Amino acid sequence: MIVALACLIYLLVTIAVQGVGGFVRTTIALPIDMATASRGPGPSGPAMAGFVDAAAVRAYGPGGARLISDGAWMAVRDTLRADPTLARRRFVIHVPASTAIDMAYKHGGTPAADAMIARLRPHLGSELNTGFLTGADATDPTRAGIAGALEGSLLTMAVTLLLAVPTGVAAAVYLEEFAPRNRWTDLIEVSINNLAAIPSIIFGLLGLALFLGALGLPRSAPLVGGLTLALMTLPMIVIAARGAIRGVAPSVREAAMGIGASPLQVVFHHVMPLALPGVLTGAIIGTARALGETAPLLLIGMRAFIAGSPGSLTRPATALPVQIFLWSDQVDRGFVEKTSAAIIVLLAALLLLNGVAVVWRARVERRA
Amino acid sequence: MAGITLLVLLIGLASIFWQLARARAVQFRRAVRFGSLPAQHGWTVALWAVLPALALLVVWQIAAPALVTDAVLRTPAAADLPPPGFARATLLSQARALATGHGAESVEPLSRRLAPAYAAATRRSHWIATVAVLALAIGAGAAALARVRAGTPARTRVERLVTALLFAASLVAILTTAGILFSLVWESGRFFATVPAQRFLFGTHWSPQSIVDDAPGDVLGALPLFWGTFFIGAVIAMAVAVPLGLLSAIYLSQYAAGSTRRLLKPALEVLAGVPTVVYGYFGALTVAPAVRRLGMALGMADASSESAMAAGLVMGVMILPFVSSIADDSLIAVPVELGEASLALGATTSETVRQVLLPAALPGVAGGVLLAISRAVGETMIVVMVASAVATLSVNPFASATTVTRQIIDLLTGEATFDSPKTLAAFALGLTLFVVTLALNIAALALVRRHRVRGG
Amino acid sequence: MTVKIAARHVSAFYGDVRALDDVSIDIDTDHVTALIGPSGCGKSTLLRTLNRLTDTVPGARVEGDIRLDGRDIHGRDMDVVELRARVGMVFQKPNPFPKSIYENVAYGPRIHGLARGRGELDAVVETSLRRTGLWDEVKDRLSDRGTALSGGQQQRLCIARALAIEPEVILMDEPCSALDPIATARIEELIGALSGRYAIAIVTHNMQQAARVSQRTAFFHLGRLVEYGDTSDIFTNPRAERTKDYITGRYG
Repeated sequence: MIVALACLIYLLVTIAVQGVGGFVRTTIALPIDMATASRGPGPSGPAMAGFVDAAAVRAYGPGGARLISDGAWMAVRDTLRADPTLARRRFVIHVPASTAIDMAYKHGGTPAADAMIARLRPHLGSELNTGFLTGADATDPTRAGIAGALEGSLLTMAVTLLLAVPTGVAAAVYLEEFAPRNRWTDLIEVSINNLAAIPSIIFGLLGLALFLGALGLPRSAPLVGGLTLALMTLPMIVIAARGAIRGVAPSVREAAMGIGASPLQVVFHHVMPLALPGVLTGAIIGTARALGETAPLLLIGMRAFIAGSPGSLTRPATALPVQIFLWSDQVDRGFVEKTSAAIIVLLAALLLLNGVAVVWRARVERRA
Repeated sequence: MAGITLLVLLIGLASIFWQLARARAVQFRRAVRFGSLPAQHGWTVALWAVLPALALLVVWQIAAPALVTDAVLRTPAAADLPPPGFARATLLSQARALATGHGAESVEPLSRRLAPAYAAATRRSHWIATVAVLALAIGAGAAALARVRAGTPARTRVERLVTALLFAASLVAILTTAGILFSLVWESGRFFATVPAQRFLFGTHWSPQSIVDDAPGDVLGALPLFWGTFFIGAVIAMAVAVPLGLLSAIYLSQYAAGSTRRLLKPALEVLAGVPTVVYGYFGALTVAPAVRRLGMALGMADASSESAMAAGLVMGVMILPFVSSIADDSLIAVPVELGEASLALGATTSETVRQVLLPAALPGVAGGVLLAISRAVGETMIVVMVASAVATLSVNPFASATTVTRQIIDLLTGEATFDSPKTLAAFALGLTLFVVTLALNIAALALVRRHRVRGG
Repeated sequence: MTVKIAARHVSAFYGDVRALDDVSIDIDTDHVTALIGPSGCGKSTLLRTLNRLTDTVPGARVEGDIRLDGRDIHGRDMDVVELRARVGMVFQKPNPFPKSIYENVAYGPRIHGLARGRGELDAVVETSLRRTGLWDEVKDRLSDRGTALSGGQQQRLCIARALAIEPEVILMDEPCSALDPIATARIEELIGALSGRYAIAIVTHNMQQAARVSQRTAFFHLGRLVEYGDTSDIFTNPRAERTKDYITGRYG
């Protein structure tokens, strides 16, 4: 017991300590002299990047370009866009620092690194890393964000919920209220119970063989991910919904039947409203599990490196847990805190879901 | 997407039919006082308009790709295609990608020539589908509308239709099971056509990286995988989870005060709800290096940072809440009188737990352990992140080990084609995993059920 | 005097257990018929066969012929929904819907399309509540939950709910067994007031109640109809020995 709690606390603390760093980025002051630029750098990436690197070299000596993030030029570009009057002036801008500086500034490191930080300290600062929540995956940890993965997860969950909840509830209603006792319903029951206990990776294999292989749907797409996870969550929702429906007092059914409500009216006017809290809880728990699920998504290819937002159900995407997995594999030290920060976001989302379930349920129960 | 437009059209049609049928039904008085309502007539007609059309749409969606390919193959340009096989499939899929606007940069000229044919065939298929679906919707809806009369039992009809829909929803579970079985058995069957089953099941050499085309079976002996899976999931993880889970369950059900229980139960649930990728990350980051250092300290030079021990430990922690909650349930299911009788005889709580409650709850707990093993065996992310990719047969917990699930992921995340022995091997591994977890679940259920029969 | 429901040779089974054995009985339009007998004698089962609530019990089976106004209630042309709307039912334990008082009464007329518009529905709700004497007690809190009323009020709400769709027959399954004496008296009064307009069949354990509210009484024992006749005859001059033993309190 204590061990379990200790593990939980240790896990959360480790991740929290590391993850907080992921939301903060180190900046470095960079003087930009647009006046000395013989001609203003074009809007194109490489030209601007070269220009900014040159500025860093001018400010901090030969190794200067390694002090700033690969994405520093974007900060400069955005500043110039926001304030065109700067285009002829000399100004100082705080750009994201490179991973090495970021890490050394936050955690210290080798004596050499510490010495460098000490030298640069007046020029360094920290700011909230907005890019982490708004950007997509990138090769440079200082630029990597989770928005793309988050969007992928949202699209996938939308498909999952839209399919699994109606189907699951309908199946539960049928099995509890209408199904005759015979071999067919026994078979359905056995399949549902077995499906609920099958490892998720098997669903990944099914998704691969069925949706990608047989039906030829696009690889890596949230549509396929959602379909696969829907099949996985379906049995959970059916089981939870059946329990909730079974919990509705028979006297309510009799009362409705007694005044001539048809079987469907009995179910949809009387039983379902009362079973709703249980059904919702089941749906949310199912969603939470689907949201944290990784293995089936890896199998259907939702592990692509996607440096943008998917934007569509059929375009390649990745999902939050998969992003965590991908980042955890990166050698670059900067990704460690990104991974932890992404885990914080994932756990927060799960906590939010469960919180919503609890509150919702309490409210409906109070009304009942 | 053409499908969505069609769906919107169908819904529009349905609502028009609903209005028409209702308006018609309002005109005549109901034959009996509690007869069907106009709205029920509306729903019957609307459903008749939509359901057959939707069914047709689904069938078309499934059949269309094959029909389109057929049409393309009949065009003159297709005469130059190589015989059926991998090369042909690649050319065709490139042409399809071009036709749908996902053009890749390096495309064979032949694909480029086929692309227009593809586009035309797809367009034609879309048109036929749209017209056929809409015609069917209008036809079926009109036929149903004509049958709206004073005595039509619309309520019974609409109820029967909706009940049929509910039944269809419950069939999805069977279809999923069938789909899993079929795809696993089918792909495995193709695998076992090239690699003999006993070779795969009992071979001791596993290194799919060095696969050779003419003798894939030499490097696809899965015994080390089975061993690693068993060692990590059933031995090390259970060595962690069972004693701790049991102890925490005993504490929760027998000793803990109500308030402590109310606090600890949700904590365990939180632990159970943490995604496994988080455990995996935690394991790779902190547990695995620590285990390696421990192994080194114990004098094992070959202690791996991807050891069976590390993966098993993390998995044990992951599975602990599950074991604990099942053990808790079994302990609570033991009739209260049993424990009270023992206490009344003067036994202490710990004596009661040891001599009365545990033996009574044992079958339930054993069933729970089987379920936990089935979960651990099927668990993927922890082993992908903590265990090794290299298959070894070793009883040293500090040596590297790999598992079935890990290998499935590794086999399927290369740029392999669908028909290669590597891909098929993954399905064969999946089939083994499926059979084993199924057997464990059934055994667990049987144990728990027997427990219940005796208890009640 | 016209026969509303005619049951002939009705037997009912729950699985292998025979709950009703060859019962033939008429329920008259303008009478209250009391069904009495010891527990497990089949009187409640008979009540449930009359509106086919037995259909919903898994494993239950009914044989024999039951006619409502001469129409076979198991016939192909008889919609069970129509049957249950025409034959209303009040249960042993008050079971209002967990909705507002208004919704409880309005539900029946709404699903059967018996009221056009809100005004007509309001009127139906008010009439039904007035006829059960509940209107003055609840008119200011129609949006309160039906389940928040007292037991007796809940039962009268259930009766109002049944009345709202103007059924032809009202079946009452021990409607007062969960109520205190005062609430019971009010329900009995209500039954008396309704008796001219509806065919009422009431199952009761309480002999005095049967004597007070009914004009006809049927005595059941072990699934069989032992004796059926005018209430005054049954209680003063029972023909069968078992009836006599039961109403004099020898067993039950």
